[in-house]
Formats: sequence, C-alpha cells, structure tokens
Amino acid sequence: MTGDVLAVSEFSQGVFRKVTYECLSLGRRMADAQGVDLTLAVIANGAALSVEDLKDVGADRVLMVSPENFHPVLTDRHTDILASIIGKTCPSTIIMGATVIGKELAARLAARLNAPLGMDCTSVDIREDILTATRPIYGGRVLADISLNGSPRILAIRPNAFAVSAIKGRGEIEKMDIVSDTGSLSFIDKTVESDKIELTEADIVVSGGRGMGGSDYSMLEALAELLGGAVGASRSAVDEGWRPYSEQVGQTGKVVSPNLYIACGISGAIQHLAGMSSSRVIVAVNKDPDAPIFSKADYGIVGNLSEIVPLIAEEIRKRQKE
Amino acid sequence: MEIVVLLKQVPSTESDIAIAEDRVSINQDEIKWVINPYDEFAVEEALRIKESHGGSVIILSVGPERTVDAIRSALALGADSGLLIKAENCDGLQTAKLLAAALKAVPFDLIIAGQRAVDDDQYFTGPAVAELLKIPIISMVTKENIEDRTIRCHRSIEGGTAVLEAPMPMLFTTQRGLNEPRYASLPGIMKAKKKPLDIKTPRDLNIDISSGENTSDKILALHLPPARKAGRIIEGDSASEKAAELVRLLNEDAKVL
Repeated sequence: MTGDVLAVSEFSQGVFRKVTYECLSLGRRMADAQGVDLTLAVIANGAALSVEDLKDVGADRVLMVSPENFHPVLTDRHTDILASIIGKTCPSTIIMGATVIGKELAARLAARLNAPLGMDCTSVDIREDILTATRPIYGGRVLADISLNGSPRILAIRPNAFAVSAIKGRGEIEKMDIVSDTGSLSFIDKTVESDKIELTEADIVVSGGRGMGGSDYSMLEALAELLGGAVGASRSAVDEGWRPYSEQVGQTGKVVSPNLYIACGISGAIQHLAGMSSSRVIVAVNKDPDAPIFSKADYGIVGNLSEIVPLIAEEIRKRQKE
Repeated sequence: MEIVVLLKQVPSTESDIAIAEDRVSINQDEIKWVINPYDEFAVEEALRIKESHGGSVIILSVGPERTVDAIRSALALGADSGLLIKAENCDGLQTAKLLAAALKAVPFDLIIAGQRAVDDDQYFTGPAVAELLKIPIISMVTKENIEDRTIRCHRSIEGGTAVLEAPMPMLFTTQRGLNEPRYASLPGIMKAKKKPLDIKTPRDLNIDISSGENTSDKILALHLPPARKAGRIIEGDSASEKAAELVRLLNEDAKVL
C-alpha cells in the first residue's frame, strides 16, 4: 500500500469519465516503472456503482468509499474524504483528472498536505523515482517542464492529453469506511445539459467566430451532431452575446485539444490559438484569405461559411451512407 | 461587509511572450503589465457587493514593486485600500502562505479571487488560501447572492451549473460571465492617488521565503510548443468541390473522420 500510485476516479451520469481511464493508463505506466501497485479510489454515492462497472480498470486494487448523500461538487467534504484515503494508504503519487472539480480538489489537497502539484499536465516522464511533468502556461503559448520533489506528489492531468491504453481486468475491490463531516457547503440545485458534449473532452470541435454574423449557430450544431462533436465559440462571439461563456475557446476561456478543430469565421487571434493549437488537425473556413488562422490550419477553405459548412455536412452524410 | 480581493499582476494577453536566456523564465522587456483578467471580475463583484451591502474593499497582492500599479488601478475603480506583500519568484504554495498570513491580521467577511492567473494557469491560489484559512470555498462562480450571513452561488461544473450555499466568512473564485468590469473614471483615478497602499515584506509576516528553498515544484526548463506549419488552402471550381475535397482529405490523409 505505502508508496503505491493512487488514481482517483470521477463520474459523469453514472459512468467513469474518459479522463479516469487516462489516469489509470498513466498510473499503470508509473506503477510498473517504480515496481509498485496501482490503486483506484472510487467515491460513489451509496450503491451507485456495480461490480460490472469496475470490470476493466486495470488497477491492482480498487478502494470503494460510499458516503451517504455524497455530492462531488461539495468539494469540502470531497477533499476531506480524499485526504482520509490518502492518509490511510500513503501513496507516493496521486493522479486525478484536471477537470473543473478535479482542479479544485488537487489544489486543496496540495495545500493541505504540503504536496508538490503538477496542475493540468499534458505529459509525464518517469525515470526510476524522478518525476518530470510538462504543463502549458500563458494559455499554452509556453510549455514548462517541472520536477515534483516530495511525497506524495499530485498530478492533475489535462483531459484528452494522455492516451488510454488497453486495460483489462482488475484486482480486489475493498470497501473502505471513511467517516466524514457533512462540511459547510450545501447543495441546492444542478442543471446539466446532458445532450451536449463537454468541450474540453470532445474529440471533434466545430467552432464559430465573428464571421458567423449572429447567434444562429444551427449549421455548426448540425455539423457537430453529425460528427459527434461539441460546439465552441471565439471570444468575439461570446462578447457579442451570441454564445454562452461556457463555449468560449481561448486563453481566457477553455483550452481544448480535440483530434479535429473546425474554425468557422474565426480570424485566429493569438488568444484564440492558445485555446486550440494543440488540436491534432485544424481546419479553417473563412472568407478572408489573409486571416491569420490559415497559417496555423492544416486545411483551409477560403469562402463563405454559410455556403461551405452545409456542403461539408452534406458530404459527410453522403459518406456515412456508403 | 469587509471584502478582500486577491489580485495578481500579469502580462497582458496581447504581449509577446518569449523565453528568456536563462531558459526558466519569460523575457520581461516588452511586457505590458495588467490586472489578471479573472481578478478584474473579482474587483468588480467586490465593488457591487459593497454598493449593495456597504463596507469596504481591500486589494491584497503578492508580487514585485511594479505590482503597486495594478493595485492603484483597482483603487481607481473604487476599492478602498491596498496591501502589497513584496516578494518575487514565489511558487503557488509560498504565495498562498503569504496571503494567508496577511489575512490573519485583516478582518474579512468575504475573499474574492480569480479562478486562475493567465500567466501560470495554476488555478491554485483561491483553493489554497481557503485551505490555509480553513474557510469554505466555492470555485468558478458565475452568479452570487448574499442574504444574512449566507452566500448562494451558481458555479460552473462540467457541462452545466450547480447552485451551492456557504456560510460566511468564505472565499469564492470568479468565472467569466460573473459580471462586466467597469472602467475607471477620471475622478476615480485622482482619488486613488490618496487611498492607503501599504507594502509589507515576508519577514514582516514572519514567513521565510528563501529563494529556491522549499519550492516543491521547480521549473526545469521552458520551451515553445512545436510550431504548427501552415497547411494547404483547398482549391476547387466550386464550393461543393472544395467541401468534397476537404472531407476526402480529412478521411484519407488526416484520418480524423
């Protein structure tokens, strides 16, 4: 137990978030390099999880903690429970997703435990016991290689940045009883747009900027739906009130790293590029041939997006039928 | 209502960011220094709460001497006083410890911080300060309402919003959409020159920040991400030809479809 790698899970609508599998894959790599075990900590409300759900997580051990009335967003109690698990298991490294809630938990644990923290890491290198992580700063315009010296150390990994390796099987499931305070935060309500794919986790993002000319993004939404992707927006579009802040991609918005980013009517300001330049493939559609985005895009079409975007969708529908 | 705003001075996002010769820091020659954008939301919200509930707004910052400019800008917007803890090259935990130490001498009902600083992107200060002071924290707030000693906050979660309540004193961090920050007026700028702005050192707070010591996450090297090369503009006789060619390339060449 002592010195193990501890991966921390996170749920969405009753299933593990993809980032949990990314944490497990990284955790497996680290545990093997150090000759220690990989433990997965699962905090789930009562009987929310079945043994089936834990079938292929690849950990040597799964710790199940089932507090009554647990809301992950009540981060005071959530932090207390995680701190207790860490206190009882004494891991060398803790790996969690740098999700909205994960980032706060990681920061709080680092402060509480005086533990080194790599926040929002996009790669990790482990040689014997020396851990180096890389994290983007200045909105991704610069990458910082950092060393994390101390035990335990905490890695909050950026969703979609680490590969998921084929994971099969798992070790024993152990129930762990943790007594925790209810904390001082109270849960009042929650609204989740469950039919929308979260921007930071999407494999494909279709994004619109000032060139959209207004709040009607239906053609982008249609293309995104066809591709199983999410819709994003530039800061201009958000400042105009056309799209909500939650869709803003950029240095002062969300940073995304999908396989495919389609930028429609987006000129390509540095701050926007900071939010999407780590996408695997970038496509730009813009009527201005001098738009800076074309110098960063793998493929570009100069033209009217209201003409081009539906044609792209049509072409994809044709291929899907074949 | 005594409100403290945690403020950081950062390079403007328009600045050219280049790596310095030492390879572990940023070249500061051409930088325009501004209030961290997420801290602007914090100052604005603090001023609105003061306008509704009365009280005062204190700006608290850790940074080198030039940070006083950022604090003065916040005073020009309407904050009442400022305190700079003069220190440089602190890591996240050292900064949080300095802020927490200063806050022990400042009575507060509310602390408001930006969710992150747009230079280091650590998302660390708010949660760490709340931990050290053992007060409740709610992150990424898009809307808040205070009644008696309870604050109700709307906060971002993945794909949606959660509504939570906390007792005061507490700390919350800002999210884009919380408010539209105001601009300073000329009278405001003039008044700011006379508002109290103190400067303390870590030693004044009995904290030892020996450079390099006890920094648990150390920068080994900074480098630029791989440059993206310009790709190709797709040619064609018609829009539908170009669209078809794009989809073909995405499927066969790039293999993303």
